[in-house]
Amino acid sequence: MKKRRSRRKNRYFSRGVMFLLCAVFAVLFLAPTVLTITNSFMTESEINSNYGMVFSTTTGGYVSEHVNLKFIPDKVTVSQYITGLVRSPEYLMKFWNSVILTVPIVFLQVAVASVAAYSFTRWRGKIRSGIFFFYVILMLMPYQVTLVPNYLVAERLGVLNTRWSIILPGMFAPFSVFLLTKYMRRIPYALIEAAKIDGCGEWQTFTRICLPQCRAALCSIAILVFIDYWNMVEQPLVLLNDAEMQPLSVYLSTINSGEIGLAFAMATVYMFPSLLIFLAGESYLMEGITHSGSIKG
Amino acid sequence: MLSKTKRTEKANPGTERVKKARSGTGRRERERIRSKTGRKERVKDFLRSLCFLCPSFLGVCLFFIVPFAVVVKYALTDSSAADAVFVGIDNFKKLMTNAAFKLAAKNTLTFSAAAVPLSVILAIVLALMLESRIPMKSAFRSFFLSPMMVPVASIVLIWQVLFNFNGSFNVLIEATGGKAIDWLNSDYAQLVVILLFLWKNLGYNMILFMSGLHNIPKELLEYADVEGASEWYKFWAIKLRYLSPTVLFVTILSLINSFKIFREVYLLAGNYPYQGLYTLQHFMNNMFNSLDYQKLSAAAIIMAVVMIVLIAFLFMIENWFGKDVEG
Repeated sequence: MKKRRSRRKNRYFSRGVMFLLCAVFAVLFLAPTVLTITNSFMTESEINSNYGMVFSTTTGGYVSEHVNLKFIPDKVTVSQYITGLVRSPEYLMKFWNSVILTVPIVFLQVAVASVAAYSFTRWRGKIRSGIFFFYVILMLMPYQVTLVPNYLVAERLGVLNTRWSIILPGMFAPFSVFLLTKYMRRIPYALIEAAKIDGCGEWQTFTRICLPQCRAALCSIAILVFIDYWNMVEQPLVLLNDAEMQPLSVYLSTINSGEIGLAFAMATVYMFPSLLIFLAGESYLMEGITHSGSIKG
Repeated sequence: MLSKTKRTEKANPGTERVKKARSGTGRRERERIRSKTGRKERVKDFLRSLCFLCPSFLGVCLFFIVPFAVVVKYALTDSSAADAVFVGIDNFKKLMTNAAFKLAAKNTLTFSAAAVPLSVILAIVLALMLESRIPMKSAFRSFFLSPMMVPVASIVLIWQVLFNFNGSFNVLIEATGGKAIDWLNSDYAQLVVILLFLWKNLGYNMILFMSGLHNIPKELLEYADVEGASEWYKFWAIKLRYLSPTVLFVTILSLINSFKIFREVYLLAGNYPYQGLYTLQHFMNNMFNSLDYQKLSAAAIIMAVVMIVLIAFLFMIENWFGKDVEG
């Protein structure tokens, strides 16, 4: 009896330790995001006196020697947002650049991939499984390998320095083909067969049977693709020489020391869409990640 | 009768036999088409499948395969002009003696060698932690996953505040009597980037491991409990065995992501970081700027080969390690 009680106590103790550990990790994981958001509500002078010496090379008289990391601003203000969004249009322009690069890629990539995934699901043979294997290899290649071919094609097609140089290769990225194929292969074959017997053509089978079945999959893939391209830095740096066309992700790193507060505000604006998507589609995202889980099979 | 048993097998997915049965259905289907209809119908069917594959495959050909052939040609010749001369592996030799490339390759490899195992192990730890019965489990899961959604560009400001010479960490270190470290301009720079990498990627990997843990047969763990196995033994002998495909995948994924670390470095330290942070992508960017196609192509090919070899190697290890588990 006593032993059992002590064991139970032990279990509660270990659970408590687990909880504390999780809490510590959670704070570590959340802190950078939360700090960025709260700091974006600080006044410029407060930001400057707190972090001025980090970003400026010459230390002015009014800043303290060390940074003073603060979670809660002394005085909450939205003036940074007003400056960034209303008074200086270049930030909004860059934000728009990010949108106009990312959104077409998400839609086009999912559209192209779903058709290809249907083909990989519906027909199988040596050639097609060979092609599929090739897609997997391509998916596993780092940017450094694929950027060079992309650059060469963009140059040949004459779309270098335009948005198309990023959108076009983005359309055909093999990742979503791979993931969607894995989803679609779960659809019972009898369903497709039944549709065929009922007189559905291939296209109808695809749009009426297959696509509705993997609506969740399409959502989760769209989210994954969105994150990937919303966050991109490498492609625009190589493929877009024109600073005007750079997305906000690249532009944010070029802020000068006078505008730290503004940069914090714009950083928050930049993470806003993806956080929103995260909150709205977390279950889809989770599912998408789970299904991406094994390369085999 | 035979077809009936096959159908029942199909009803419980996830076993090895189903896979066979499934491909069997495909084969039967094909045989059916073959027997019922003539050659004409088969050709039609093939053409239809081609129609669906076309958009994607043509795009892949145009943007990846064909240009990669050009890349191979550049790598093997002395100039990108029409009168290029075949020079064999000269470009590779030149690249191998290039100091910048060597530095970049060394940095990327040391970074991967440190960051990939760390991210795998820590992700397993996180997944195991969330597997135990604690309150607010799903909230913790979202918290751990949230960094993945935050663009790196948004949080580098905070990272700079933390790791600047006058930054928070040095304040902390000096308060406890240590000596301030210039994080981003010393050999500690890699550590800073590794932290950022882990922060960003652990959540994703954790979710993968959680689903892997979820797929372990419960009976097996209960049986181990009855037999009095310790937690440690259960982890080592059962869980890890079943997780081995996930470990393989997470390792490959982390490896790919570790090649993408340029993004973080660029946003933190710009185009010309401390030499410990000079990555392969920096090298590539410089080559793009000087339009040195030969070096670029040779570097891309070397990386592709290294990547393929590494992945094949990982697959072999996984096959050996998880061979007695039916996954």
